[in-house]
Amino acid sequence: MCNERILCAGFGGQGVMSLGQLLAYAGMIENKHVTWLPSYGPEMRGGTAYCNIVVSDSPVGSPIVTHNATCVIVMNLPSLLKFEQSVAPGGLLLLNSSLIDKAPDRQDIHSHAIPANDLATECGNGRAANMVMLGAYLAISKVVSPGSIALAFAKVFGSKAERLLDLNMAALHRGAEAVLQAEQAMAA
Amino acid sequence: MSKTLMKGNEALALAAIKGGCTHFFGYPITPQNEIPEFLAREFPKAGGVFLQAESELAAINMVYGAAAAGGRAMTSSSSPGIALMQEGMSSLAAAELPCVIVNAQRGGPGLGSIQPSQADYYQMTRGGGNGDYRILSLAPATVQEGAEMMMMAFDLAEIYRTPVFIVSDGMLGQMMEPVEFHDRPLRELPEKDWTVVGHGGVRPPNTVKTLALDPTVLEQRNLTLQAKYARIATLEARHESYRTEGAEIILSAYGSTARIVKNAIDLLAEEGIAVGLIRPQTLWPFPVAAFAELPDSCRMILTVEMSCGQMVDDVRLAVNGRLPVAFYGRSGGIIPVPEEIAMKVKTLLGRA
Repeated sequence: MCNERILCAGFGGQGVMSLGQLLAYAGMIENKHVTWLPSYGPEMRGGTAYCNIVVSDSPVGSPIVTHNATCVIVMNLPSLLKFEQSVAPGGLLLLNSSLIDKAPDRQDIHSHAIPANDLATECGNGRAANMVMLGAYLAISKVVSPGSIALAFAKVFGSKAERLLDLNMAALHRGAEAVLQAEQAMAA
Repeated sequence: MSKTLMKGNEALALAAIKGGCTHFFGYPITPQNEIPEFLAREFPKAGGVFLQAESELAAINMVYGAAAAGGRAMTSSSSPGIALMQEGMSSLAAAELPCVIVNAQRGGPGLGSIQPSQADYYQMTRGGGNGDYRILSLAPATVQEGAEMMMMAFDLAEIYRTPVFIVSDGMLGQMMEPVEFHDRPLRELPEKDWTVVGHGGVRPPNTVKTLALDPTVLEQRNLTLQAKYARIATLEARHESYRTEGAEIILSAYGSTARIVKNAIDLLAEEGIAVGLIRPQTLWPFPVAAFAELPDSCRMILTVEMSCGQMVDDVRLAVNGRLPVAFYGRSGGIIPVPEEIAMKVKTLLGRA
């Protein structure tokens, strides 16, 4: 039974909103019930932006992810500080270690440090760091297939989609590889 | 048409076009700005008129003018903006002009916050305008339901010659959910023989006005309005029941809060506590009948709102003393979580 509650946070411009939308769109393509809810308010430029995503087999009640997140994705340090406590015990914390040099405090959750900006730069553009994180999340959770993300890409990015798709799918795969390699290393 | 992922605000805007809206007048305010943003871009392509007014007062009076001339007019705003429009709404109701008004509620009173709230229940069902009037108020809980209600709203407005509210809030407006658009059910609409579009010398002139200095004339106008409101109350009250069978407590909540209450109900069911929900889909007319058919198992009603307790008044009137009615609410833009609602239920049942 799928009932994923994801919080995705970073500073404005890191693509946290579109990461969440891709996930929600892909869930919808796979006939799951989905919601996406952004933070909104009188935000500062460069301030923390975040969104709540629910992907479920049953209709979604509250679209708000509180302290029950099955996964929290943080792209910068303020987001780690703000949302580490939102991960449910046993849940997943994915942090962008390109920009965060602090280890999480929680011991009751599964944490992965992914150098998302560096891996995205290797793929051709550091701005695809959000896709690296999404790839890592999907590799672990398998909540939607990368193929559905590719379909969702055109919906979220419109006319820009075609020319950006290869880079972004490469970043998605790079993120998946990174987290799977890390898991293998831990198991070995 | 297949499903697409849309913000609640955008879905309302598209549904307005599909619902046959011809004129939009509005003034920006968070958290409803995606509605004018969408319509500014898309409405002219569909042949509609989009106009950003200089103020909320101007916007609602432009709605009055367009409606008097036979347009299917709308505006959208949020709590303090709706407050500014109240005089116009009293006039629209008095002149029996069809129109649709979206209220994406935010925290109040005063300018308050821009976060979600349900503290405008009185404003929408009791009215801040003067005189004995009512406004049909539709309260969706999902993006899909919002789109469906919006598509029906212009027809309802014309059938009853009344303003219609779409009662939304910051959460429903900002969140994205899958939505699918179907053709709206065709309803027989009354002929608009009352519009002021020029008589061309071939018929007596029509007049749209609300001043009636002769008390007998004004009383008769009120009685006519009241007869119409009685018809709406009989025919248009809507609600959804959720897990009410065998429920010990029935919760009542609308819109966004009803979604969260459903989560609380499911949480309690996992613990073996049977609780249900009556969700008003129309706030006025209030679905009184839903509270007349409560199961024997029900010992109490708990109303949950993002306010300090407004709809609870109507629940108490509907229950009419047959059962105790308790209240739980959060305000100021704070959205309750399912766990705190479940805890309130357990406290009421003495099982906390």
